[in-house]
Amino acid sequence: MNELLDPLLLARWQFGLTTLYHFLFVPLTLGMALLVAILQTAWVRTGKVKYLELTKLFGKIFLINFAMGVVTGIVQEFQFGMNWSDYSRFVGDIFGAPLAIEGLLAFFLEATFIGVWIFGWDKLPKKIHLMSIWLTSIASIMSAYFILAANAFMQNPLGYEINAERGRAELTDIGAVLTNPVALTQFPHTIFASIMFAACVIVAVAAWHLSKKQHMETMRTALRFGLWTNIVAFAGTALSGDQLGLVMVETQPMKMAAAEGLYNTASGAEASFSLFSLGTPDGAHEIFSVRIPYLLSFLSTHTFDGTVEGINDLQREYTELYCSGGSNIACPSDGQFAPIIWVTYWAFRWMMGLGIFAALVSVVGLWLTRKNREVKPIAWKIAIWTAPVPMVASLVGWIFTEMGRQPWIVFGLMTTESGVSPGVTGLSVLISLVVFTLVYGGLAVVEYKLIIKAAKAGPPAIEVPEDGSDVDHTKLATVY
Amino acid sequence: MELQYIWFFIVGVLLVGYLVLDGFDFGVGISLPFVSKDDTDRRVVINTIGPIWDLNETWLIVAGACLFAAFPEWYATMFSGFYLALLLILVALILRGVSFEYRHQGKSEQWKAWFDRFIFIGSALPPLLWGTAFANLIHGVPLERLENGGWIFTGNLFTLLNPYSLLGGITIMMLCFVHGLVFISLKTDGDIRERARALAVKVGLVTIVIAAAFLIWTIIEHLGSDTIVFVVVLAALAAVALIGAWLANFKGREGWAFTLHVLTMTFALLTVFMALFPNVMISSIDPAVNNMTITGASSSQMTLEFMTWVAICALPLVLAYQTWTYWIFRKRITRASIPVAAH
Ligand code: HDD
Ligand code: HEM
Ligand code: HEM
Repeated sequence: MNELLDPLLLARWQFGLTTLYHFLFVPLTLGMALLVAILQTAWVRTGKVKYLELTKLFGKIFLINFAMGVVTGIVQEFQFGMNWSDYSRFVGDIFGAPLAIEGLLAFFLEATFIGVWIFGWDKLPKKIHLMSIWLTSIASIMSAYFILAANAFMQNPLGYEINAERGRAELTDIGAVLTNPVALTQFPHTIFASIMFAACVIVAVAAWHLSKKQHMETMRTALRFGLWTNIVAFAGTALSGDQLGLVMVETQPMKMAAAEGLYNTASGAEASFSLFSLGTPDGAHEIFSVRIPYLLSFLSTHTFDGTVEGINDLQREYTELYCSGGSNIACPSDGQFAPIIWVTYWAFRWMMGLGIFAALVSVVGLWLTRKNREVKPIAWKIAIWTAPVPMVASLVGWIFTEMGRQPWIVFGLMTTESGVSPGVTGLSVLISLVVFTLVYGGLAVVEYKLIIKAAKAGPPAIEVPEDGSDVDHTKLATVY
Repeated sequence: MELQYIWFFIVGVLLVGYLVLDGFDFGVGISLPFVSKDDTDRRVVINTIGPIWDLNETWLIVAGACLFAAFPEWYATMFSGFYLALLLILVALILRGVSFEYRHQGKSEQWKAWFDRFIFIGSALPPLLWGTAFANLIHGVPLERLENGGWIFTGNLFTLLNPYSLLGGITIMMLCFVHGLVFISLKTDGDIRERARALAVKVGLVTIVIAAAFLIWTIIEHLGSDTIVFVVVLAALAAVALIGAWLANFKGREGWAFTLHVLTMTFALLTVFMALFPNVMISSIDPAVNNMTITGASSSQMTLEFMTWVAICALPLVLAYQTWTYWIFRKRITRASIPVAAH
């Protein structure tokens, strides 16, 4: 019973679940706002109705999704104080600032112009209305930057000093906090990954309609647009992921060692990248694996004779560094500095593997549909089922990033166990965990059904006046 | 003047923004079952806030984030202390938000009826609970100072549910209710407008009584404090504005009624902030030792300076484009603006 009511364990589950849930919706918002803005720009510039149809169709999917992003985001904002109050006390001086800037500069802008976009079709000149979706997109991308800057402080704390008297970290250099190299690389990686998801959703919707032979013209355009976007976005994801790996080895070598299950320091050919491996259940020894020599060395250092530190050596180093001076909030109570190896190991591989799979599907798709060719039904099926693949890749990528940081909540400064709220009982956390799980579970079903319904309904019928004048804008505005 | 005090004021302003703006959204949600006769009516009511409820709610998010940045100790202690109350608020806000977006996506009566219920509950609970929470801040909660200089809340959900604080919660909820009714009468036309105005006159009377009781109780509780003069003046201003709003409403002057209502809510919240000053949370156990002060809760000078610059640059811009949005959607909404077939 005590196990079950451990506030720390419950708080970790709750934070993990609610944040992963928030990130189900965020990538689609980030990616889709941008792609819808591009589609609407294409309509304003060319006047071709197919672009307007696509703008309305994917705009609707975007909005259904957006509502969930907003309501789950509020929970995120308050959770630091609710479940991690000692953490909030310790880092608030630094960590609060990016969140506040995010609100003042990004969320206000986003929430205002999304309303203008939804309801303003008939009230604004075309170009100003177009500007509102661009501002929404830019604001959402800005918000991603600031939240990632906050997260980067947890991965790689910079620009602070410890005020022993008040027992907290205090800001010394806001520039360093906002240009943390981790934030600078996580940002393009996350944005490109999000665009991949939105692109794959567009491809899936187009594939479904094409397989039913409806809206052929419009959907072919959507299909090719989605496929190309996905490939370009994958290239961006992979390039920035490569940089992210370098930064990670610099800042959190234990995470890379854990991602590879590398127990002993290795260099050159020995620093091989394992594609697949089977270990003993405790993960301490390897039974069988497929390995590519030199690749790990290259991923970590961009040289073939680099050295990659192993878990055992790091464990010794960290014990010395963080646990020698008596009680210390940076020293985990069990003295264990390695995260859960099988989680990091597999999460890293699934992230890359799923992303590569989605990109390959797009390359093959472009080839198969060249010059209006007929395609077998199975190909349409694959295109449809690829839609969630980049989303899962993003989720496991975050599981890797966040669980790979354990046992610390702020790397090298504070352990997760010392960040939890001291006054909150296990029962309270259990209640909230159950409530969130139920509410979120119910909403997931509703949202999924609504998106599928909107996708299947296809683009709205838009009447084009005979005399070549503009379409009737009063019919475009949404009314609740 | 110290930056910490300026930030106490800025957080106050952001919360006023939230209360005044999302306040009428809450009121509109509470009014939904009372001023509409059929589905078209309900859609008219919901559409009065359609384009703006999200940006109004964002004031809460920004206020919360600024509280975190400027007063981490306050943010951490209050949010972990009022855990279950906050959970209820979050669930209510989730239900309200998705209901606005999803209600019109389905056609069946049942579908709509469910979301109407969610809108009502999701609009009534947050002002009730926020009001209770803020009344607790000035009433005093079991708060103890720790050795490391921090604070800890040692009560539970039931400590928060004392008569004074509940009266505070009901006051805020009733104020929002009337505020929403006045807003509806300002934004619609025809029968709904009339119904909303007539109801605002009735509910307004009840609200005046409840609010007066709460303000007097607040003054009595703070009789000995240094800021009592300001508390009394602000409370009196709130009362005068509220009565003025009622009179304006009675005479059918919707614009005046709304403006005076905005002033009422502003003064009411400022009364709370004045009653707190120079603390941010008052302890019911040995206040002299355990009260959480503005200086004790605040961030470092460097953070506050930086945040001040951000606020100075951002807020005027934010106010400008939000005003512009209200201007675009200024037209009254009528039954004729609702398309016959839901899409
Ligand atoms: C479509 C999704 C997707 C795809 C295809 C990839 N990633 Fe990724 N990756 C993410 C989605 C993602 C993510 C969910 O967005 C993460 C979590 C944290 C972050 O910034 O991005 C992430 C994190 C992340 C990290 C951890 C950073 C840290 O903990 O500090 C590394 C090292 C990489 N990625 C590297 C790669 C490489 C070398 C890829 C080569 C193909 C790759 N990722 C593909
Ligand atoms: C949206 C993408 C994100 C996802 C999916 C995600 C996921 C997770 C997961 C799964 C955990 C649990 C780890 C564990 O306890 O083993 C966690 C912990 C945490 N994350 Fe994130 N995270 C994300 C972004 C962020 C950001 C941007 C921040 C800060 C601004 C953040 C702050 C935290 C905190 C405070 C914890 C709790 C302490 C801890 O367990 O270390 N996360 N996150
Ligand atoms: C764990 C920390 C996080 C917190 C505290 C947080 C907070 C919030 C809040 C309060 C909202 C609602 C905004 C509104 O009303 O418009 C929101 C939405 C959003 N969040 Fe998060 N978030 C977190 C993680 C993330 C991450 C990691 C990203 C992106 C990389 C992200 C990107 C967004 C975006 C783009 C939106 C707006 C679009 C939408 O509502 O779907 N968030 N978030």
